[in-house]
Amino acid sequence: MRIENHPILTFEKGPKVKFIFDGKEMEGFEGEPVAAALHAAGVRVLSHSQIHNRPRGFWCAIGNCSSCNMRIDGVPNVRSCVEPLKEGMTVETQKGKGDLNA
Amino acid sequence: MLKTDVLVIGAGPAGLKAALSAAGQGAEVILVERDPFLGGQLVKQTHMFFGSKEQYASERGINIGKILARDVDENEKIRILKDTTALGYYEDKRVAIESQGKFETVDNKALIVTTGAQENTLVFPNCDLPGIYGAGAVQTLMNVHGVVPGNKVAMVGAGNIGVIVSYQLLQAGIDVVAIIEALPKIGAYLVHASKVRRMGVPILTSHTVIEAQGTERLERVVIAKIDDKWQPVPGTEQTLEVDVLCVSVGLTPLTELLFMAGCRMAHIGELGGHVALRDKNMETSVSNIFVAGDVSGIEEASAAMVEGQVAGLTAARNLGYGLEDYEEKVTAAQRELDNLRRGPVGGKIRAGLEKLYKEGEVAV
Ligand SMILES: Cc1cc2nc3c(=O)[nH]c(=O)nc-3n(C[C@H](O)[C@H](O)[C@H](O)COP(=O)(O)OP(=O)(O)OC[C@H]3O[C@@H](n4cnc5c(N)ncnc54)[C@H](O)[C@@H]3O)c2cc1C
Ligand code: FES
Repeated sequence: MRIENHPILTFEKGPKVKFIFDGKEMEGFEGEPVAAALHAAGVRVLSHSQIHNRPRGFWCAIGNCSSCNMRIDGVPNVRSCVEPLKEGMTVETQKGKGDLNA
Repeated sequence: MLKTDVLVIGAGPAGLKAALSAAGQGAEVILVERDPFLGGQLVKQTHMFFGSKEQYASERGINIGKILARDVDENEKIRILKDTTALGYYEDKRVAIESQGKFETVDNKALIVTTGAQENTLVFPNCDLPGIYGAGAVQTLMNVHGVVPGNKVAMVGAGNIGVIVSYQLLQAGIDVVAIIEALPKIGAYLVHASKVRRMGVPILTSHTVIEAQGTERLERVVIAKIDDKWQPVPGTEQTLEVDVLCVSVGLTPLTELLFMAGCRMAHIGELGGHVALRDKNMETSVSNIFVAGDVSGIEEASAAMVEGQVAGLTAARNLGYGLEDYEEKVTAAQRELDNLRRGPVGGKIRAGLEKLYKEGEVAV
């Protein structure tokens, strides 16, 4: 969900773009972080922990902690909280450490 | 390779002021910022600032960020590199930077590190469930990106950020069910705390989180009262039905580059963890490496700006710029810092700095 009316802030958005999340088509705004677009669309789980496979969402949202690592356009371990969304991006929930050759 | 007099890493309030002050004295400056925008954490701070006129009192943080960013943009002596991350510090004093997959080094005569801080986590069963976020993260999501963080929120921590973010959640129309604080008293400025209370949010002091519950995401949080030995009091458990739990239990300075540069470090709890030993002019144990803002000790944005000023002025002075009015300007800034740290709210930072300067004496 998006904040529609705010007493102080107005949100400048880029154009609407489409992207693929785990095989499903989704919409977001160009330039906003991938994790923000996913959160607005109701997605909370972004990755899974390496040993116990526990679901993980974002933690810091400013690129400090890597809790939000996802596989984006085939590249694992991309911090989705600071990665700008682009038209046609392929975004996948990351499992474990991520494999460059997969 | 790029070359400059003064290299500033991080464009939050501390770094922006450091760059402006060094450039104002005549030094050439490169300002590196990993975000695609300038302002650091100011871009999400919708509340009005206290402090003096010089420190933009009664102005909202977001606007202060815009003013500083514009001043930096318009300054011909400052070259801005956005979307650029400082990766490391080499023995020959060069700093490695990366932008859009491109690697480069920056040769500099003085370095000012203003990288800010990261949010602390809190450990309890299921503390890693999606829905449990740093309070600053929720502030970013909501105030910068305009996304609703959740339906019902509980906040852990009644310090400044916890209380301010609770207020901002209410402003955005989101239900805040309670603020939970382990200490017996509220740490935040009372003006902010009373406002949140008046809006109907209970602040539960001497309370802690027992556990979070949920399968794929947070569904519930169990809290309880704690006694003076920090032990849960049996029978006081309460369950809060929330889908977001914000954790605001302090910040830790982002000091990696300072460790790498061989600056002498000390662990000082009052300042948030490891910090570089430094003198009153913000110079570390490595000559011509300076710190300012949260990385030098967790405080707040007004103090970060003045520290940035002190660091920028002194870095320029060390390189021979602005010798005429250095003393006058730096004395005024020091006085400003003393004012900001006066009274009960400044107690923690004053205690921390006292320890820091003592450590410095021992270390030399
Ligand atoms: C998420 C968050 C929210 C906060 N909200 C509030 C609030 O509402 N009210 C309040 O009083 N205080 C708040 N604070 C405290 C805040 O830290 C201070 O108010 C103030 O912003 C500190 O200024 P600074 O310049 O030291 O750091 P920051 O404002 O954090 O600026 C540091 C900058 O350095 C950049 N950076 C870091 N590492 C690198 C690198 N390697 N290369 C390039 N750039 C780098 C960062 O991207 C950032 O822009 C918040 C802190 C955080 C972390
Ligand atoms: S949530 Fe911390 S790096 Fe993305």
